[in-house]
Amino acid sequence: MTAITGSAPTRREREFNISWTDIGPFLALAALLVVGFMINQDFLSATNLANVITRSAFIAIIAVGATFVISSGGLDLSVGSMAAFITGITIMFMNAVAPHAGIWAIPAGMAVAIVVGMACGLANGLIVTVGRIEPFIATLGTMGIFRALITYLTDGGTIPIDRSLREAYRPVYFGTVAGIPIPILISVAVAAVASFILYKMKYGRKCAAVGANEDVARYSGISVIKTRTIAYIVQGVCVAIAAICYVPRLGAATPTTGQLWELQVITAVVIGGTALRGGKGHVWGTVAGAVILELIANLMVLSDFVSEYLVAAVQGVIIIIAMLIQRFSNSK
Amino acid sequence: MSLAANIVAEGGSTLRLGEAPGAAEPVLHAENLSKQYGPVTVLSDIKLDILPGEIHAIIGENGAGKSTLMRLLSGYVEPTRGSLSMGGVPVKFIRPAQAQNAGIALVHQEILLAEALTVADNLFLGRELSHGAVVDDRAMRRLAAEKLAQIGCMVSPTALVRDISLADRQMVQIARALLDDYRVVIFDEPTAVLTGDEVERLLEIVLQLKAHGTAVLYISHRLDEVQRIADKVTVLRDGKMVGTYPGKTLNQMDMARLMVGRELAALYPQKSAAPCGVPMLSVRNATVPGHAKDVSFTVHKGEILGFAGMIGAGRTELFEGIVGLRPATATVELEGKTVHFHSQRAAIDAGIGYLTEDRKGKGLLLHERLAPNLTLSALGAFHPGLAMGRRREAAALEVAVGTYDIRLKSLGAKAGQLSGGNQQKLLLAKVLLTDPSVVIIDEPTRGIDIANKAQIYAFIQGLVAKGKACIVISSEMQELIGICDRILVMREGRVTGEVSGETMTESNVALLATSGAKPMLVAEGETK
Repeated sequence: MTAITGSAPTRREREFNISWTDIGPFLALAALLVVGFMINQDFLSATNLANVITRSAFIAIIAVGATFVISSGGLDLSVGSMAAFITGITIMFMNAVAPHAGIWAIPAGMAVAIVVGMACGLANGLIVTVGRIEPFIATLGTMGIFRALITYLTDGGTIPIDRSLREAYRPVYFGTVAGIPIPILISVAVAAVASFILYKMKYGRKCAAVGANEDVARYSGISVIKTRTIAYIVQGVCVAIAAICYVPRLGAATPTTGQLWELQVITAVVIGGTALRGGKGHVWGTVAGAVILELIANLMVLSDFVSEYLVAAVQGVIIIIAMLIQRFSNSK
Repeated sequence: MSLAANIVAEGGSTLRLGEAPGAAEPVLHAENLSKQYGPVTVLSDIKLDILPGEIHAIIGENGAGKSTLMRLLSGYVEPTRGSLSMGGVPVKFIRPAQAQNAGIALVHQEILLAEALTVADNLFLGRELSHGAVVDDRAMRRLAAEKLAQIGCMVSPTALVRDISLADRQMVQIARALLDDYRVVIFDEPTAVLTGDEVERLLEIVLQLKAHGTAVLYISHRLDEVQRIADKVTVLRDGKMVGTYPGKTLNQMDMARLMVGRELAALYPQKSAAPCGVPMLSVRNATVPGHAKDVSFTVHKGEILGFAGMIGAGRTELFEGIVGLRPATATVELEGKTVHFHSQRAAIDAGIGYLTEDRKGKGLLLHERLAPNLTLSALGAFHPGLAMGRRREAAALEVAVGTYDIRLKSLGAKAGQLSGGNQQKLLLAKVLLTDPSVVIIDEPTRGIDIANKAQIYAFIQGLVAKGKACIVISSEMQELIGICDRILVMREGRVTGEVSGETMTESNVALLATSGAKPMLVAEGETK
């Protein structure tokens, strides 16, 4: 028997076995910070960075959920409209109960947001898994539905949050704890919980297996339907959390809330190193991806080299480069 | 010289075909045709003479190299060595189109038609009739209707291929090969998807071609068909030629023997003396729509039950149905209790392990490390709290690596980096990690080398020695005979017979698998 029993060489291999997909996003982030500092000294100031990261929080939180969906082999185009829809329902609910419940309308509204998010995710998941419809098409459909619903609810205008709640709700977006803006703390917490689920729990294994090879998962006694549906529900919850943070920033729900977020979210996930065809999800990479997107926009505003009208173009170049790096590191 | 060839020689038939002097020149001649993929030789030194107006059958077990030979002859694969000539002129095919232009048509075993196009479109795909740049649909439809009528196929030329039956699709493929005047038409398992009348029609077409002076190469698992129509039979075994024999001199029994004849060394473990204990798994009237019908069997504690049959006989689908991987109806009793599995999970939890035949596609996550692969079916046993117990998993992997002698460079390797044999051992370890009492192993040794095969046979023997019941599905007859206590043979979704003890011979299994003939269940010694 020549079975390997010594664990020392194994450990060493494991340490060296870091792929570009794993560390790429963080290297890119670091490089971006250096470049930014060279272009404009103010770039690295605590205020500017805190601002940028806070702004990236929505995309980061939603993209963490998208990491579940994409690594399980799905896709969700409806996240932007879903965010708008949840924001609308939440504000309407809060406004309705505010006269009776006062401040308590806020936590109650948050709970409603989470429940609506779960329901939206469940709907997406069931259409994709039980209905056996391509995720792209299924969520393209619900994307239209959510968007139309919020337009209908707002009557094409805006639903502002009740004056009596505005002041109390404000800190959720604008407040800080120990100097760190709350949205940043929330996105770090979301990412931490997500990475525990994805890397430490049984569900994470199932999710990766379903995404990597549906047949292997099925033949291993894993329910593909359940696993995928749960991923969509997680996505719904993440959208709800992002919406909860978002309400104080705008103070209203409008039909244009969250427009094109889905593209930014998918970009963040892919830059983060998660393969669009499914398999292993990279939660922290996704967060880095979301920050990178916002940093680029910020850099372009701060610098005079490139017009900020070209932000989308630069982001487009970034996603293509990210895909090329993935291909390169996979084909080795 | 192999045992089987000797038997035929003793049987009085001449081995080599003595051509009559001045016989027609071969339309297709192959000399020392060989094909290697890397270090693996799949076909070596094949000599063939195909005469005009002759039906030349090629037979052999799964993996004997028949399909590779066909691909070589029709330009889909380039030979590593050897040469081809047609009518005395050397030819070389690098692309299928070249073989086609030279007059060789191949009717594929798989249906290769564009489903969204019409029957006529498919018939003329790549060689459309046209006036200048405009295709002449009317002419193509008319001609298609003519050709289809000629072979007795009643589908409309304007029907979409996706709307017609599998048998009709096969007929359309055949019609494609008859569209031009080919000198050689190769049929690769043409009757695999056909039944009764359709087979008769196909054989008629083949005879028509022969009467027309076309040379026909006919590959089939169905020895009864071969016996009926073949003028010559070439037998392949393990990529080598056993010989070419005049069709009339071989009966099905001879053919089966020539196909399988080989020495069985100590590859197989000693069978246990008194294997049969109490019934463990009993299945009544299992039906998997489209694949298996009314299959009943019982496997006992300590028994290895084999399922033989050709590819497509429905064995895999039958067991996938029984363990809840595809829709099926069956009365299943596990250790005396009636059970029904709606999902593979339920089957695993009840104590039935199923090892898939498709190791790379359905068995292992090739890009994943070994430990997550090993524990994937048994995740529940590896999370003490909320989180997965990495240490438990690592320990389980070390045990599996030791127990099943999985050879690897490091424990951090990915499953795809293991050799086929080691992947198979990992898969076996994965299935056994759920501690099943009944283990169903589909193709235990497909594509792995002889040393790993012997080890896997020993593991299977070890399982039943521990009181488990084992079902082995295999397309390699000698493997089943080597390790099984009993063998059920399936053909076209039904069990055609059972062999055990004295009657468990390769020729009996081959006969049941190919022709479904029943009365020939006799022991090897009595047939001379």
